[in-house]
Amino acid sequence: MSAIAAPPARRKRRPMARAPQDTPAGLWTYLLLAVSMLFAAFPLYWMFVIATSNDEALAKLPPAIIPGDRFLTNVDEVFSLQDVYFAASLVNSVIVSTVVTASVLFFCSLAGFAFAKLRFKGSNALMVFVVLTLTVPNQLGIVALYIVMGKLGWNGTLLAVIAPGLVTAFGVFYMRQFIVNTVPDELVESARVDGATTMRVYATIVLPAIRPALAVLGLLTFVSTWNEFQWPLITLSGTDFPTSMVAVSDLASGNYVIYRRVLAGAFIATIPLLLMLFIGGRQIVRGIMEGAVKS
Amino acid sequence: MSSTRAAPAPPSRRPAPERGRSGADERRLTWRNRLYRFDMRYMPYLMIAPFFLLFLVFGLFPLLFNAVVSLRNYRLDDPTLPYWAGVENFSRLVADEDFWNALYNTFGIFLLSTVPQLLLALLVASLLNRQLRAQTWWRVGVLLPYVTPIVASTMVFSVFFSRDFGMANWVLGLFGIGGADDPIDWRADKMHAWIAIATMVNWKWIGYNALLYLAAMQSIPRDVYEAAAIDGAGQWKQLWRITVPMIQPVVLFTVILSTIGGLQLFTEPMLFDPNAQAATGGPNGEWQTIAQLIYKVGWKDLNLGYAAAMSWALFLIILVVAGLNYVLTNRLSGGRK
Repeated sequence: MSAIAAPPARRKRRPMARAPQDTPAGLWTYLLLAVSMLFAAFPLYWMFVIATSNDEALAKLPPAIIPGDRFLTNVDEVFSLQDVYFAASLVNSVIVSTVVTASVLFFCSLAGFAFAKLRFKGSNALMVFVVLTLTVPNQLGIVALYIVMGKLGWNGTLLAVIAPGLVTAFGVFYMRQFIVNTVPDELVESARVDGATTMRVYATIVLPAIRPALAVLGLLTFVSTWNEFQWPLITLSGTDFPTSMVAVSDLASGNYVIYRRVLAGAFIATIPLLLMLFIGGRQIVRGIMEGAVKS
Repeated sequence: MSSTRAAPAPPSRRPAPERGRSGADERRLTWRNRLYRFDMRYMPYLMIAPFFLLFLVFGLFPLLFNAVVSLRNYRLDDPTLPYWAGVENFSRLVADEDFWNALYNTFGIFLLSTVPQLLLALLVASLLNRQLRAQTWWRVGVLLPYVTPIVASTMVFSVFFSRDFGMANWVLGLFGIGGADDPIDWRADKMHAWIAIATMVNWKWIGYNALLYLAAMQSIPRDVYEAAAIDGAGQWKQLWRITVPMIQPVVLFTVILSTIGGLQLFTEPMLFDPNAQAATGGPNGEWQTIAQLIYKVGWKDLNLGYAAAMSWALFLIILVVAGLNYVLTNRLSGGRK
């Protein structure tokens, strides 16, 4: 707020005409932002605190806020619990998220390319259909999805978790927008004149040009697939190969819940995503912000 | 491809046009032509086919098939019932106290989470919409909750909101609320449970929505602010009179998004319950949401037909509420200028 209250002399020279994004942030802005950061980060930090503590940390006031030294002990307990299958669950989550991400990137960029640069009958109508499906909450078909998977014999296997995620309407939409804006028509045309097939154009011209968009979509897809809970719970619970989210929720079931174990498991299952945010944060931010302006 | 070349049928359809040329040469040419025509005409469809096939099978079909299941007796524990149930599932729904209770909870939590969420997101966005040092890191920072699995964060918040040694009660105690001798039992009544769950939802989505708003704010033309500054509008006034109306499309988008997401709330209410597997949302359903009730009816009571009817009802509710919110937000954020 103080940044705006400029000295009167300056105001006389020129009325405050700067847009907010051109105004340097003042002390208050930084302070308030720091408070928001604290709110955002504290639950994660505290998850780590309990993951490293003994049982007493949760039974005292004021609450513990400094990490203990039992992280490895707790983690060891989580991994050696008989009916939680924690190690397997991490492998499963890696498999599911990787396969889904690879598939989304391939199929959505193919379809995005077709919608952006190729002429074919019905392309406009079909694209409208894609945009409409963006708004369909497909969680609502979950009962029928379970029945379909039952008919296919896939319930209780990773296939049931992977199959529904293989393509997303958002992916097609996002890829189309990006290709429209970044791949020049002339480039596609001239490759065509040289006798390149459509797939060749895709491989040699489109793919290299859309690498940034692939990074964005890949990160967003991986994060959301890794975090999925409801459908994996329905189709995988009770089996001996859950995903990591189902395994963490299993840690917390039973009559007597040991929270240092639960949070140690939760923390381990969160680490891959924190790493992704650390490495690809810029791309994730960009993806979310670009999606906003275009929609 | 090789089968096309070997097939004898196509050449016979078209009488050989030029006999002078060598057969092999001509065959290669037509093969190329055919490949080219195939590539131009059908390749686009092949490229979009995987998306549409997978979406139809695992997205659209379940949604439609859901309607059929909702009209059937589909009990996993009793397959002997007659095939069709007619509207029985729906008439049961109307009289089902659990359903109305879950609907009430869902809306309560939805209101407590959506309104503060979007308002705070607006504030965070306007903080971020400044020339900042280490700009990218602030933006990445607000996304910490977004990448954190809801399963993990709900576990943390569950401990925060425990009655005896919870962080929430301790902090409130510092301000003279509750305190060690009279701690708040966050799982004992609706209002407290709703607040606890809404807090989790807010924590998760404020940063994400803030980035959506920030993106829109940065595409507002700069001269709009110039005009406002000349008119003497202060910062607060600028936010409400210029920024919000200018980013109205994105505001509408986030309202719709959080309506769709908020009415399907599942993970938070599930894992807030120490006895999560029962899916009852508290001993007396204090915070059982519809998505949770659907899970309980379908996979604990094994009555998929009834669960399908409930999903269908939820779908209609989402449509209506999303529509209402659209109109309402449209009025509120753009109406007064």
